[in-house]
Amino acid sequence: MNNSLILSTVTFLPLLGAAMISVIRSNDETAKNNARMAALFTTVFTFGASLVIWYNFDNSQAGFQMVEKYNWLGENFSYHMGVDGISMLFVILTTFIMPLSILASWNSVQDRVKEYMIAFLVLESLMIGVFCALDLVLFYLFFEAGLIPMFLIIGVWGGKRRVYSAFKFFLYTLLGSVLMLLAIMAMYGETGTTDITRLLTYRFSTTPIHFWGMTIDGGLQSVLWWAFFASFAVKMPMWPVHTWLPDAHVEAPTAGSVILAAILLKMGGYGFLRFSIPMFPVASESFAIIVFVLSCVAIIYTSLVALVQEDIKKLIAYSSVAHMGFVTMGIFTATAQGIQGGIFQMLSHGIVSAALFLCIGVVYDRMHTREIAAYGGLVNRMPLYAVFFMVFTMANVGLPGTSGFVGEFLSLTGTFRVNSWVAFFATTGVILSAAYALWLYRRVIFGKLEKASLKNIADLNTRELAILAPLVVLTVLLGIWPAPLIDVTTASVDQLLNNYKDAIKAAHDAGVLALR
Amino acid sequence: MATTTTLLGSYNPILPEATLVIGALIMLMAGVFIKKTNATTMTFAAIAVISLAIAFLYLQGDVSGTMFSGSFIMDAFARLMKIVTLSASALAVFMSYDYMARGNLWKYEFPVLILLATAGMMMMISANDLIALYLGIELQSLALYVIAAFNRNSERSSEAGLKYFVLGALASGMLLYGMSLIYGFTGSTGFAKIAASVHETGVSTGIVFGLVFLMVGMVFKISAVPFHMWTPDVYEGSPTTVTTFFAAAPKIAAMAMIVRVLYGAFADIAPQWQQIIVFVSIASMLLGAFAAIGQTNIKRLMAYSSIGHMGFALVGLAAGTESGVRAVILYMIIYAIMTLGSFACILAMRRDEGPVENITDLSGLAKNDLTMAFLLAMLMFSLAGIPPLAGFFAKYYVLLAAVNAKLIPLAIVGVLASVIGAFYYLRIIKIMFFDEAGEPFSVMHGSLRFVLLVSGFAVIGYVGYLAPLEGIAGAAAKSLFQ
Repeated sequence: MNNSLILSTVTFLPLLGAAMISVIRSNDETAKNNARMAALFTTVFTFGASLVIWYNFDNSQAGFQMVEKYNWLGENFSYHMGVDGISMLFVILTTFIMPLSILASWNSVQDRVKEYMIAFLVLESLMIGVFCALDLVLFYLFFEAGLIPMFLIIGVWGGKRRVYSAFKFFLYTLLGSVLMLLAIMAMYGETGTTDITRLLTYRFSTTPIHFWGMTIDGGLQSVLWWAFFASFAVKMPMWPVHTWLPDAHVEAPTAGSVILAAILLKMGGYGFLRFSIPMFPVASESFAIIVFVLSCVAIIYTSLVALVQEDIKKLIAYSSVAHMGFVTMGIFTATAQGIQGGIFQMLSHGIVSAALFLCIGVVYDRMHTREIAAYGGLVNRMPLYAVFFMVFTMANVGLPGTSGFVGEFLSLTGTFRVNSWVAFFATTGVILSAAYALWLYRRVIFGKLEKASLKNIADLNTRELAILAPLVVLTVLLGIWPAPLIDVTTASVDQLLNNYKDAIKAAHDAGVLALR
Repeated sequence: MATTTTLLGSYNPILPEATLVIGALIMLMAGVFIKKTNATTMTFAAIAVISLAIAFLYLQGDVSGTMFSGSFIMDAFARLMKIVTLSASALAVFMSYDYMARGNLWKYEFPVLILLATAGMMMMISANDLIALYLGIELQSLALYVIAAFNRNSERSSEAGLKYFVLGALASGMLLYGMSLIYGFTGSTGFAKIAASVHETGVSTGIVFGLVFLMVGMVFKISAVPFHMWTPDVYEGSPTTVTTFFAAAPKIAAMAMIVRVLYGAFADIAPQWQQIIVFVSIASMLLGAFAAIGQTNIKRLMAYSSIGHMGFALVGLAAGTESGVRAVILYMIIYAIMTLGSFACILAMRRDEGPVENITDLSGLAKNDLTMAFLLAMLMFSLAGIPPLAGFFAKYYVLLAAVNAKLIPLAIVGVLASVIGAFYYLRIIKIMFFDEAGEPFSVMHGSLRFVLLVSGFAVIGYVGYLAPLEGIAGAAAKSLFQ
């Protein structure tokens, strides 16, 4: 296959699958099964195609690879795609999680199956597009368009309060993003381009702006930084704009929660790495402390909130917010360990949180409740399930030997070098995460099997095993051998940091930035 | 003027208008002398007349210049806006005949009046003189007053017609007052001479007063705040086909007229009118967003939605640049596509007992008619400005123009209003997709389904034809700045 078309192929393959499903007529069982098979086939094939990207990826190169550029989108912006060490693994993560989500919805979704599969495939296309786009407007198109299928997935196939959650999810994210849109326009006005590769080397002005009697010290750069921050902080989500997440997670169908946790949240972190740090380095440096404080609050506060949850999904949702706190903290340390740790944490969280939501889906399909109190003693009837759940719980805690440990350890190391107090507070989050995760595990899995409704609960079936097995393998494998992922990211992260340091040094020399 | 010997020689530029008027008169005679006119025949005759006018516009190529002592102007801008206006009129007529026939509303005057109104709009777009402008506005408005009250047996329709007439007359009065002031202070009614005079004398109180009154009259026509009060009542009271027509064609023509007047005659005192436009724009966007939230009638909701959209289009105008004008043109084209598609759905909201207009009547539409629900949902997402649909690009262009013109607060209000506005568009989608299915609608008429499909796919596939459309709009905007 021609290298230069591989990214578009991977991006739009799911869309092609969606188009094929949309021509399925009739609504009987066969049609439903055909839709499921078509979706599964498409996603597996897309995953295969995305491995071609990895195979062709040159770890030693820091710049963008497999670049495609066409000018057919008008004079203002172009269709420009490419991946580097930072984005490539997110593409793989997306295509990897997708077939598992389709499998997870096999029996639990019986209503409007065709439309469900179409929504997921469209969403997959858009998510891959986000990570491949090398033009700001193209990025925004993919980034925002993902709201449409996700809104429908939560609203149509969600739980009891699905309407409220869908609206909250949509409006919250939209509000954050429109500010970024304005910033994109301002950047276009300033530089005359929306091409990310060119913007990466442009240094936005830091001369103070006077505006309606106010003075903005950081100048244009800090205004742009805040606008992007608004968007990515909501997406991430960071405290205090995280409140849409528990609602959306709880009400979304299992596969929807998986996609939300595993991939959609990563767009925030990816955005920080792709835009905030390299394009607005001086602003990132000056506002890093704010990010640290918000991250610490997120880690400690949401961990405490997670402790008292009665709904399993909500508990995992809050734990996601806490884990994302490590990511933002790591990224804004602007150290090699911090950023590598942030990326690794995102990938690991993508696997682990997806697995946890899938585990919840397994028991939810059987019992149709997510109340922690409704369970207990599952180990007696579901030993296999207990083992799987154990591995993922440990990874969520960050136990050495699981993938969760590597990311947290690296980002904490990076943070310690920059600000030891922040690292101190963040580390207490690790303890808290052990508290809520282990307590959850005890209440659900251990104890006596007393509830009558649980007496006949069945252990994992083949389909569920097929979903969870690859996740277990990856969790453990990446925990003891993280090198394959770190090797991919190293060159790009190093280049990012070199540019960052140059910009900071220039700002010091110009006297814009006081030494930290 | 550029001389062309094709068609009617020097009368070539006015051929489309002449076609409309002559066509309307022939149809009127036919209606009077033929005892029983057939709705379908008359409708398609009107569409044929409009198509002929579009064909003439197309055949003119790049003819440009002025006629009738400079009171009528033809250029790329006028041509594009006329083609869009004519297409919107044709589609509105096309969607109307089934509805009118079923509601026993059909009279042969209906397409005739629409043709006359359209001729007025063409005149508005091409007016290069205050008198010509007024004639165009009145020809359009008088026809619109009549069709607003077309359902004589309905109190609401008569009320709509009357309300529109009284307020419209007031606006015309303001317009005339402004015109007389401008004439008094510049000594001319021709745009070129006004521009020359303004260029020479600069800002004077008399001209500013005249300009303000002139703008009041014009802003009334696009139903922007604070001259929007008639819109919800007229939209709700008029027969839905008439509302469909109101929502698209006259708005495009009136916006083109505003652009022409402000850039043709008052370009030199741009800072004066920019302030007014900024205020009107902000007020319209906010009112459109907030007032629509509480609506239960879908036609009223669309009225507020259109107020908000006019506010957005004005953002591009406020920028006062060529790219701003291009953004306005693109906005109006995309707005027309979205509005016509949405109204195709509203016209299709009909059960055995007659048309229904409540938003809740859409409930569970996704279960009853997925194609309609899906396309309407896409139109709503597009109206809300969600990428990659056409409505996003419409907003993108105007906001980009505003940001580049350093109108940052205006742009911020714009995006916030669009987030608030997204709420009520989402509510329609929620009712269609998340709620329990209600009683299905009657089968959608072919004409409506056709328009819905065309506009739905035009909205979804916008990225596919974005570049050529940008080029056409860019050329049109450029012709204004020569």
